[in-house]
Amino acid sequence: MKPHVSLIAGIFLSLCASLAQAADIPISPAQAAVAKAPSGSTTDHSKLEALKGPFKTGPEVTKACLSCHNEAGHQVMKSIHWTWEATSKTTGKKLGKQHAANNFCGSTLSNEPRCTSCHAGYNWTDKNYDFANQENVDCLACHDTTGSYKKIATDAGHPLYEPREIPKGSGKIVQPPDLTRIAQHVGAPGRQNCGACHFNGGGGDAVKHGDLDTSLLKPSKSLDVHMASDGANMGCSDCHTFNAHQPSGSRYAVNPKDTKGFDLPVDDHNRATCESCHGLKPHQEAKLNHHADKVACQTCHIPEFARGGIATKMLWDWSTAGRKDENGKPVYIKDDHGHLSYSAEKGDFGYGENVRPKYRWYNGVVHQMAITDKIDAYLNQDGILEMNRVEGSARDPKARIWPFKEMHGKQPYDPVNRTLVVNHVYGADDTAFWTNFDYEKSIKAGMDYAGFPYSGKFDFIETRMNWFITHMVAPKDQAVPCAECHTRSSDGRLAEITDIYLPGRDRNPWIDLFGGLAIVGAIGGGLIHGLVRIITRRRKENEQ
Amino acid sequence: MSAERIYIYKRYERFWHWSQALLIITMMITGFEVHGSYALLGFEQAVHFHTLAAWTLLTLWAFTIFWQFTTGEWKQYLPSLKNVLAMVNYYLIGIFRDAPHPFRKTVVQKHNPLQRLAYLALLAFISPLIWVSGLLYLFYGNWQELGIAQYLNLEWVAVAHTLGAFLITAFFFIHVYLTTTGHTVFAHIKAMITGWEEVDEHHKKH
Repeated sequence: MKPHVSLIAGIFLSLCASLAQAADIPISPAQAAVAKAPSGSTTDHSKLEALKGPFKTGPEVTKACLSCHNEAGHQVMKSIHWTWEATSKTTGKKLGKQHAANNFCGSTLSNEPRCTSCHAGYNWTDKNYDFANQENVDCLACHDTTGSYKKIATDAGHPLYEPREIPKGSGKIVQPPDLTRIAQHVGAPGRQNCGACHFNGGGGDAVKHGDLDTSLLKPSKSLDVHMASDGANMGCSDCHTFNAHQPSGSRYAVNPKDTKGFDLPVDDHNRATCESCHGLKPHQEAKLNHHADKVACQTCHIPEFARGGIATKMLWDWSTAGRKDENGKPVYIKDDHGHLSYSAEKGDFGYGENVRPKYRWYNGVVHQMAITDKIDAYLNQDGILEMNRVEGSARDPKARIWPFKEMHGKQPYDPVNRTLVVNHVYGADDTAFWTNFDYEKSIKAGMDYAGFPYSGKFDFIETRMNWFITHMVAPKDQAVPCAECHTRSSDGRLAEITDIYLPGRDRNPWIDLFGGLAIVGAIGGGLIHGLVRIITRRRKENEQ
Repeated sequence: MSAERIYIYKRYERFWHWSQALLIITMMITGFEVHGSYALLGFEQAVHFHTLAAWTLLTLWAFTIFWQFTTGEWKQYLPSLKNVLAMVNYYLIGIFRDAPHPFRKTVVQKHNPLQRLAYLALLAFISPLIWVSGLLYLFYGNWQELGIAQYLNLEWVAVAHTLGAFLITAFFFIHVYLTTTGHTVFAHIKAMITGWEEVDEHHKKH
């Protein structure tokens, strides 16, 4: 009996030990995202005949995928990830990366092979791209689960197919990914898939959004309560739900106020609002729930953005670009934190970490400028170009106060035609700005290529852009304290929101003056009356 | 000459007075913090305690109104213009000359005519101003569902509430000062604590 027991105990103990050991092995972010839960898939892709390979190119893999998933290509080709075109539901305007202007790189036109490294497809090398060819859909960018699939920055959406020295002259040879193995290990998208593009928007980690960067691959709970492994451990598509490959949630028309609340199975399967999961009354205190009538959840629950230790770009001044040193070499300057503060290719940069957002009313309407629009309708009273003014006011029942990253820019425009310009930045030719550092040539080339009218004159204009802050939600105990808005301090978070009466900040100066005098009068009157009583009594006592 | 002592403030009345005093002081301190006059507890805690004290006082008042009517004490607040001038005259002149107090407290008439007027003003003007504006302020988030949003504006509600707050605060200081005008400085306060008031003491020389 005894040896038997000890045998079982021994097995048990060693099992525990091996489990403990397994838990100690550090897991990569990609694994963490994927290993979250068994996928429950009914197909083991590695056993499929169609995926035996070997695959030499991305489109070959796509062809194999489509041999079973025969609707997938058509679905993807309707999505913004493919078309880079979206019609705003609120303004009816045609937007998307093909049309919308921004104050980062400017325009995809004439720069396609570089920009389309984040296209959910292959081969978008110029403006004559065939959007109807489903074999150019890139399945792997979103469905690779190995973490080894990478669209190379300069090859129009393709991964590497041959070993290549990157960057040129560095001596570092980068190996192409094993497409066959990747194809056999496809699955539901994880945060690494989405993040490959969305964390790196604007040309690098954290550059564009401020609330999206690689710190979200493995965030602490205080950085992102939803994505932390000790938090809800959710992935992007848990909120940005997909319906037939159409993502939900768009910055061109963020839902300003979800009045439906919980997203039920009978609803539209769009969970890209807080209310979809938290409902309309998430707080115990009614006063806080009522705040949500006028204040977006994000406003209190994302106290700062760029909190993950990676700085986001706050300023991009193109007007200073092109500087060369005495040897004719383009100038690059790094600041104390190792950030590029000046680049001959791009101009001056400003960065921010742990940045307090700007707050504005937003009612669902974004006046997003297109690259072809006249600037005049978008200039504010200071002559600054507001590229995506958000609409709303206190009186607007649809509007709530939302947090934004306010991106400052200065970029080339045509002062005669009063439009922005297409700047041809990328390419191994004699006009591209990043190779030749000559705006005269690069803007002319960009405008000619795009077929937009250009006067031949350019100047630089100051620009502002609003980026919705909706990610990096902090745990509730780190929500913005009441007094950071309800304060008389000129530094209050809502100091710029002046069309409301804000308790703790606002008052009627006349009532305060009258009331102050009343209190001083009451105290002073009592003191004087009392003093006279004391004096007269003393006098009487002395008389006696 | 021995003082005549009468039992003027009953036990419930004293409990009401002092708990009300505590609640009003709490609301003054927290209220002016919510107003932004200073930072003490922090805005959130100030709102919390202000609201809590308001509900507690409303509850206290519910009992007190019941008490006033069942005991008939409510009659103590009926105004009378008789002798008001005498009281004014006393506070302005007589008190300094050690003149006799023109009013003699009794169990059925515990408030002097000026006091009656002051309490009535408090009850008829300041208190409705504070409570109506305060409750509207508190339920600002429900205006839409109550169907009153189009008639109201938070700024005016808040300003009205602030005005009421200033008035009651001014009243508070005058009230506290006037407690010292008994035959000794603490005589009135002592009476409000013990219930026993020494009356007819003004002949006595100190």
